[in-house]
Amino acid sequence: MTETVEGAEARGVEAPEAGGGRRETVRRIVQGDLASLRVVIGLALIWAIFQFENDRFLSAENLTNLMLQITAVGLISVGIVYVLLLGEIDLSVGAVSGLAAAVMAVLNVQHGWSPYLAIAAAVVVGLAIGVLQGFLFSRFGVPSFVVTLAGLLAWQGALLQVLGSTGSINLTDPTITGLANTFYSDAVGWIFAALAIAAYGAVLAVGYKRRRDADLDTQSPTALIVRFVGVAVVVIAAILVLNSDRGLPLAVLILMAFVVGMEYVLKMTRFGRHVFAVGGNSEAARRAGINVNGIRVAVFGIAGTMAAIGGILAASRLLAVNQNSGGNELLLLAIAGPVIAGTSLFGGRGSVWTALLGALVIGSISNGMDLLALSSAVKFMVTGGVLLLAVLVDAIARNQRQASGRV
Amino acid sequence: MASGAPLLELEKVSKRFGPVQALDRVDFAVHAGEVVGLVGDNGAGKSTMVKAIAGIYSIDDGKIRFDGDEVKIKGPQDAVELGIATVYQDLALCDNLDVVANLFLGREEVAAGPGQVTRQLDEAEMEHQTSDLLSNLAVTIPSLRSEVGTLSGGQRQQVAVARSLLGEPKVVLLDEPTAALGVAQTAQVLNLIRRLRERGLGVVVISHNLADVFEVADRIFVLRLGRAGGEFDAEQTTEEHVVGAITGASSEGNGKADRQEGSTAGEGGERPEAGGEER
Repeated sequence: MTETVEGAEARGVEAPEAGGGRRETVRRIVQGDLASLRVVIGLALIWAIFQFENDRFLSAENLTNLMLQITAVGLISVGIVYVLLLGEIDLSVGAVSGLAAAVMAVLNVQHGWSPYLAIAAAVVVGLAIGVLQGFLFSRFGVPSFVVTLAGLLAWQGALLQVLGSTGSINLTDPTITGLANTFYSDAVGWIFAALAIAAYGAVLAVGYKRRRDADLDTQSPTALIVRFVGVAVVVIAAILVLNSDRGLPLAVLILMAFVVGMEYVLKMTRFGRHVFAVGGNSEAARRAGINVNGIRVAVFGIAGTMAAIGGILAASRLLAVNQNSGGNELLLLAIAGPVIAGTSLFGGRGSVWTALLGALVIGSISNGMDLLALSSAVKFMVTGGVLLLAVLVDAIARNQRQASGRV
Repeated sequence: MASGAPLLELEKVSKRFGPVQALDRVDFAVHAGEVVGLVGDNGAGKSTMVKAIAGIYSIDDGKIRFDGDEVKIKGPQDAVELGIATVYQDLALCDNLDVVANLFLGREEVAAGPGQVTRQLDEAEMEHQTSDLLSNLAVTIPSLRSEVGTLSGGQRQQVAVARSLLGEPKVVLLDEPTAALGVAQTAQVLNLIRRLRERGLGVVVISHNLADVFEVADRIFVLRLGRAGGEFDAEQTTEEHVVGAITGASSEGNGKADRQEGSTAGEGGERPEAGGEER
């Protein structure tokens, strides 16, 4: 690959984007940079198989259930993406999500706090835990694996402590239970769809104009229109499906808002650029004057915060917090999702969309197998197999990059 | 070419690591618009000297002058603020980021307007500046948006050098810029060094490769066992003389200035500006 780049040099800087556009795209798919396309194809395949086995799989009702099932994991995965981008791992997010939900439940139910304050307190707990773990990791150089493993145990203990002797708290406050159980009317759904499409169109148009004004190469207007129409079709299809069941769920709106918002932070802000830099080459980032430890603490803070938000949504859906909250396979699925969808375990490569896509893949497998009445045993083994496959693809893509001179 | 007082001047600079005298009363100078080749055997003190200038090491003794004023360089940041840019051999690039992102790493342009709240990147502006800078330097990269990891060694070196120029330095230190590069890539990098000289920068090139040094340097400065081992005008000397100074077979620069006696830089008829340095 390096040789082809050499050969393309003659084209010069005046035509920056001209250098082997199509070849570049092929290379990126093969080497895993465009992993999300691979995942979308995989997801379509999974959906086709389950639909073939059980024609209720792609029904509006089941797809709505699927979306509700993945919100908690998806939200936790959003934070995990940031941690993975640093090439680190956070094993405590499951326990943190349970603890935060328990804090919210205890404050709201037993201490009579307003639901908003209780939710805010839960989020602050998640943030504080994440910052603490990030500090211990970056300040003392303890591997994040170990710090968060200790956290996993400790916060699980804290969960039991907070819940007290009852071991389970039922949530009744309408604001809290409404988070996962509110469905908007068809009209409201369409309004959100229109807003989303209009906003996307505006972003594309502004970006195009800025690049053109700066005399830079722009994507052809046709390509932009294709992208715009593609996104619009997906949004409209989603709203059509959701509206033909119970309507657009608030939980899905929350998930999408965090995915889009955190993707914006990651790809378009200085902070996000520095996250990539630290994940790609922390020494280079340090020498460039980036506060590497500050970035690390902030990223673990984000992971803790997103874990808390995921835990709150999970509790709202379950209408309760119990000793199992945040336990079981939640942590592993939250980490597996982004990796399956193409965020590298080795750091420096990925996007927040992989949190959503990965959760969709895992959620679809789990949901489909439930429809087929397969046992948990089969479910775990299949999900494990998919994760292994995804990690292998990631590792192979990395080896290819190294073999072609890209470290 | 070089003229006037030196931009950067070291006077009797010494550095010890425990019992090891890494630098022993070394005098050294770089002028604006001049490329100085810094050569010497392994352990001669080249890296120590560069790191002392770049602020990685603090010197034990001696003086450093920048633009005629005595300065204390206590850390890398001090050196950068003075206008001394260093490109280390490992380049310190982020392979997962594109050329534009690497060039602006740590000093990204932030968009005006509401984007300031989130410190949104001004990608268009950064790409514009990158494009200008690289075409100014006649650096050719297939796409400014290609990941640096996909570039050849020569291109990576050029990106690293270009990045050091964004801070508008006056002196650029290049550590082994042509090591491990092929013939064509080496030529690209040497061309880039010539363009740095044309821009009026003082350039210090550390290299093991004497052929490359002779190709690009105006002056060759030899370090041997931590001491100044000789100083040569690149056009007036031969490789044998320089090798002799490196190995210790002869310690004379152009048959004249014996650097070990601590005489000031630039004696010799071919460097008329030398008089300006006498204090």
